[in-house]
Amino acid sequence: MASREDIKFLSNPKIGQKRKKYCRFRRFGIKFIDYKDVDFLMNFINEQGKLLPRRITGNSMKYQRKVSQAVKRARFIGLLPYVADLMK
Amino acid sequence: MHPLQDEAFLFINLLTNFYHFVMKQYECTFIIEPVLSGDEIKQTAAMYTDHLKNNQCEIVHIEDWGIRQLAYPINNRTSGAYFTVEFKTENGGLISELELAFRRDERVLRYLTISLDKHGVKYNQDKRAGLIGRKRDKSKQNEEAPAGE
Repeated sequence: MASREDIKFLSNPKIGQKRKKYCRFRRFGIKFIDYKDVDFLMNFINEQGKLLPRRITGNSMKYQRKVSQAVKRARFIGLLPYVADLMK
Repeated sequence: MHPLQDEAFLFINLLTNFYHFVMKQYECTFIIEPVLSGDEIKQTAAMYTDHLKNNQCEIVHIEDWGIRQLAYPINNRTSGAYFTVEFKTENGGLISELELAFRRDERVLRYLTISLDKHGVKYNQDKRAGLIGRKRDKSKQNEEAPAGE
Protein backbone atom coordinates (compact mmCIF):
# COMPACT_ATOMS: atom_id res chain seq x y z
CA MET A 1 0.00 0.00 0.00
CA ALA A 2 1.48 3.33 -1.01
CA SER A 3 1.84 5.76 1.87
CA ARG A 4 1.28 9.49 1.55
CA GLU A 5 5.01 10.14 1.07
CA ASP A 6 5.23 7.84 -1.92
CA ILE A 7 2.80 9.82 -4.02
CA LYS A 8 4.62 11.99 -6.55
CA PHE A 9 3.09 15.24 -7.65
CA LEU A 10 3.66 16.63 -11.11
CA SER A 11 4.36 20.06 -9.68
CA ASN A 12 5.37 21.03 -6.18
CA PRO A 13 2.08 21.51 -4.33
CA LYS A 14 3.67 23.94 -1.87
CA ILE A 15 4.49 26.55 -4.51
CA GLY A 16 1.09 28.13 -4.80
CA GLN A 17 0.41 28.09 -1.07
CA LYS A 18 0.47 31.30 0.87
CA ARG A 19 2.09 31.22 4.26
CA LYS A 20 -0.34 32.22 6.95
CA LYS A 21 0.45 35.61 8.42
CA TYR A 22 0.66 35.93 12.16
CA CYS A 23 1.31 38.54 14.78
CA ARG A 24 4.83 38.04 15.98
CA PHE A 25 4.13 39.80 19.28
CA ARG A 26 1.40 37.36 20.14
CA ARG A 27 3.32 34.35 18.98
CA PHE A 28 6.55 35.15 20.80
CA GLY A 29 4.97 36.83 23.78
CA ILE A 30 6.60 40.22 23.28
CA LYS A 31 4.65 42.59 25.50
CA PHE A 32 6.63 45.79 25.27
CA ILE A 33 8.10 47.56 22.25
CA ASP A 34 11.08 49.70 23.08
CA TYR A 35 11.52 52.88 21.06
CA LYS A 36 15.27 52.75 21.70
CA ASP A 37 15.68 49.43 19.92
CA VAL A 38 16.20 50.73 16.38
CA ASP A 39 17.20 47.42 14.81
CA PHE A 40 13.95 45.83 15.87
CA LEU A 41 11.84 48.76 14.68
CA MET A 42 13.53 48.51 11.26
CA ASN A 43 11.36 45.41 10.71
CA PHE A 44 8.29 47.61 10.63
CA ILE A 45 9.32 50.44 8.32
CA ASN A 46 10.07 50.51 4.62
CA GLU A 47 13.02 51.99 2.76
CA GLN A 48 11.59 55.47 2.97
CA GLY A 49 11.17 55.24 6.72
CA LYS A 50 7.40 54.84 6.49
CA LEU A 51 5.45 52.49 8.70
CA LEU A 52 4.55 49.21 7.03
CA PRO A 53 0.86 48.33 7.00
CA ARG A 54 -0.61 45.51 9.00
CA ARG A 55 -1.39 43.83 5.69
CA ILE A 56 2.31 43.14 5.27
CA THR A 57 3.64 42.67 8.79
CA GLY A 58 0.64 40.70 10.04
CA ASN A 59 0.60 42.54 13.38
CA SER A 60 -2.58 42.53 15.40
CA MET A 61 -4.27 45.89 15.85
CA LYS A 62 -3.18 46.15 19.48
CA TYR A 63 0.49 45.72 18.65
CA GLN A 64 0.39 47.75 15.46
CA ARG A 65 -0.66 50.70 17.60
CA LYS A 66 2.26 50.07 19.93
CA VAL A 67 4.66 49.73 17.01
CA SER A 68 3.52 53.01 15.52
CA GLN A 69 3.84 54.70 18.91
CA ALA A 70 7.39 53.36 19.30
CA VAL A 71 8.43 54.37 15.77
CA LYS A 72 7.09 57.88 16.30
CA ARG A 73 8.97 58.18 19.59
CA ALA A 74 12.15 56.96 17.92
CA ARG A 75 11.71 59.57 15.20
CA PHE A 76 11.20 62.36 17.69
CA ILE A 77 14.32 61.51 19.66
CA GLY A 78 16.42 61.31 16.49
CA LEU A 79 16.94 57.58 16.26
CA LEU A 80 14.89 57.09 13.10
CA PRO A 81 14.44 59.56 10.26
CA TYR A 82 11.10 61.13 9.37
CA VAL A 83 11.95 60.94 5.69
CA ALA A 84 14.66 58.85 4.09
CA ASP A 85 15.82 57.25 0.88
CA LEU A 86 17.28 53.78 0.67
CA MET A 87 17.40 53.20 4.40
CA LYS A 88 17.92 49.47 4.20
CA MET B 1 8.72 38.14 68.78
CA HIS B 2 6.00 39.98 70.67
CA PRO B 3 2.63 39.69 68.91
CA LEU B 4 2.15 43.46 68.93
CA GLN B 5 5.56 43.94 67.39
CA ASP B 6 4.56 41.51 64.71
CA GLU B 7 1.49 43.54 63.92
CA ALA B 8 3.46 46.73 63.75
CA PHE B 9 5.86 45.07 61.34
CA LEU B 10 2.98 43.94 59.17
CA PHE B 11 1.52 47.42 59.16
CA ILE B 12 4.81 48.96 58.08
CA ASN B 13 5.12 46.33 55.40
CA LEU B 14 1.67 47.17 54.11
CA LEU B 15 2.49 50.86 54.10
CA THR B 16 5.68 50.37 52.13
CA ASN B 17 3.85 48.13 49.70
CA PHE B 18 1.30 50.81 49.16
CA TYR B 19 4.05 53.35 48.76
CA HIS B 20 5.62 51.27 46.02
CA PHE B 21 2.27 50.89 44.39
CA VAL B 22 1.90 54.64 44.16
CA MET B 23 5.45 55.10 42.89
CA LYS B 24 5.24 55.22 39.14
CA GLN B 25 8.20 54.43 36.96
CA TYR B 26 9.32 56.83 34.26
CA GLU B 27 11.99 56.79 31.65
CA CYS B 28 13.56 59.96 30.37
CA THR B 29 15.88 60.12 27.37
CA PHE B 30 17.62 63.36 26.54
CA ILE B 31 20.22 64.51 24.03
CA ILE B 32 23.02 66.84 25.08
CA GLU B 33 25.07 69.07 22.77
CA PRO B 34 28.04 67.15 21.34
CA VAL B 35 30.26 70.24 21.15
CA LEU B 36 30.76 70.24 24.91
CA SER B 37 33.72 68.39 26.34
CA GLY B 38 33.22 64.92 27.81
CA ASP B 39 33.29 66.24 31.38
CA GLU B 40 30.79 68.98 30.66
CA ILE B 41 28.39 66.48 29.12
CA LYS B 42 28.66 64.27 32.19
CA GLN B 43 28.20 67.26 34.49
CA THR B 44 25.05 68.33 32.65
CA ALA B 45 23.56 64.85 32.89
CA ALA B 46 24.56 64.60 36.55
CA MET B 47 22.85 67.92 37.22
CA TYR B 48 19.50 66.48 36.16
CA THR B 49 19.93 63.16 37.92
CA ASP B 50 20.91 65.00 41.10
CA HIS B 51 17.84 67.14 40.75
CA LEU B 52 15.75 63.98 40.63
CA LYS B 53 17.57 62.46 43.58
CA ASN B 54 17.04 65.60 45.64
CA ASN B 55 13.31 65.32 45.06
CA GLN B 56 12.89 61.90 46.67
CA CYS B 57 13.15 60.00 43.40
CA GLU B 58 14.40 56.50 43.33
CA ILE B 59 16.85 56.28 40.43
CA VAL B 60 16.57 52.83 38.94
CA HIS B 61 19.17 53.06 36.22
CA ILE B 62 21.21 55.59 34.28
CA GLU B 63 22.45 54.72 30.84
CA ASP B 64 25.09 56.68 28.98
CA TRP B 65 24.91 55.86 25.27
CA GLY B 66 27.81 58.09 24.39
CA ILE B 67 27.84 60.32 21.31
CA ARG B 68 25.60 59.00 18.55
CA GLN B 69 24.78 60.08 15.05
CA LEU B 70 21.34 61.64 14.77
CA ALA B 71 18.98 60.41 12.05
CA TYR B 72 18.38 64.01 10.98
CA PRO B 73 19.91 67.32 12.05
CA ILE B 74 18.47 68.89 15.21
CA ASN B 75 19.47 72.53 15.85
CA ASN B 76 22.11 72.17 13.11
CA ARG B 77 23.80 69.34 15.02
CA THR B 78 24.32 65.99 13.36
CA SER B 79 25.27 64.08 16.50
CA GLY B 80 24.39 64.15 20.17
CA ALA B 81 25.17 62.60 23.53
CA TYR B 82 22.29 60.38 24.59
CA PHE B 83 21.36 59.68 28.18
CA THR B 84 18.53 57.59 29.56
CA VAL B 85 17.42 57.86 33.17
CA GLU B 86 14.89 55.52 34.68
CA PHE B 87 13.36 56.66 37.92
CA LYS B 88 10.46 56.12 40.25
CA THR B 89 8.52 58.93 41.78
CA GLU B 90 5.12 59.46 43.32
CA ASN B 91 5.13 63.12 42.42
CA GLY B 92 4.05 63.56 38.81
CA GLY B 93 4.53 67.32 39.02
CA LEU B 94 8.23 66.71 39.12
CA ILE B 95 8.15 65.68 35.45
CA SER B 96 6.89 69.05 34.29
CA GLU B 97 9.50 70.69 36.49
CA LEU B 98 12.19 68.57 34.86
CA GLU B 99 10.93 69.27 31.36
CA LEU B 100 10.80 73.00 32.04
CA ALA B 101 14.44 72.83 33.05
CA PHE B 102 15.24 70.93 29.84
CA ARG B 103 13.46 73.52 27.74
CA ARG B 104 15.34 76.37 29.35
CA ASP B 105 18.67 74.64 28.98
CA GLU B 106 20.40 75.31 25.67
CA ARG B 107 22.69 72.35 26.15
CA VAL B 108 19.79 69.91 25.81
CA LEU B 109 18.79 69.34 22.19
CA ARG B 110 15.77 67.17 22.87
CA TYR B 111 14.11 65.17 25.63
CA LEU B 112 11.42 62.52 25.86
CA THR B 113 9.81 61.29 29.06
CA ILE B 114 7.52 58.30 29.04
CA SER B 115 5.81 56.47 31.87
CA LEU B 116 6.46 52.75 31.90
CA ASP B 117 3.72 50.20 32.38
CA LYS B 118 4.38 46.86 34.06
CA HIS B 119 5.57 45.30 30.81
CA GLY B 120 7.98 48.17 30.23
CA VAL B 121 9.43 47.81 33.72
CA LYS B 122 9.90 44.10 33.20
CA TYR B 123 11.41 44.62 29.74
CA ASN B 124 14.00 47.02 31.10
CA GLN B 125 14.85 44.67 33.95
CA ASP B 126 15.31 41.78 31.53
CA LYS B 127 17.36 43.93 29.21
CA ARG B 128 19.74 44.83 32.01
CA ALA B 129 19.98 41.17 32.94
CA GLY B 130 20.93 40.41 29.33
CA LEU B 131 17.85 38.30 28.60
CA ILE B 132 16.40 40.36 25.77
CA GLY B 133 19.15 40.10 23.16
CA ARG B 134 19.12 36.34 23.05
CA LYS B 135 15.36 36.15 22.89
CA ARG B 136 15.30 38.69 20.08
CA ASP B 137 17.84 36.73 18.04
CA LYS B 138 15.82 33.58 18.32
CA SER B 139 12.61 35.26 17.28
CA LYS B 140 14.35 37.06 14.42
CA GLN B 141 15.32 33.78 12.80
CA ASN B 142 11.71 32.70 12.77
CA GLU B 143 10.47 36.09 11.70
CA GLU B 144 12.53 36.72 8.62
CA ALA B 145 10.57 34.59 6.19
CA PRO B 146 7.03 35.95 6.66
CA ALA B 147 8.15 39.57 7.00
CA GLY B 148 9.05 39.77 3.31
CA GLU B 149 7.85 42.87 1.53
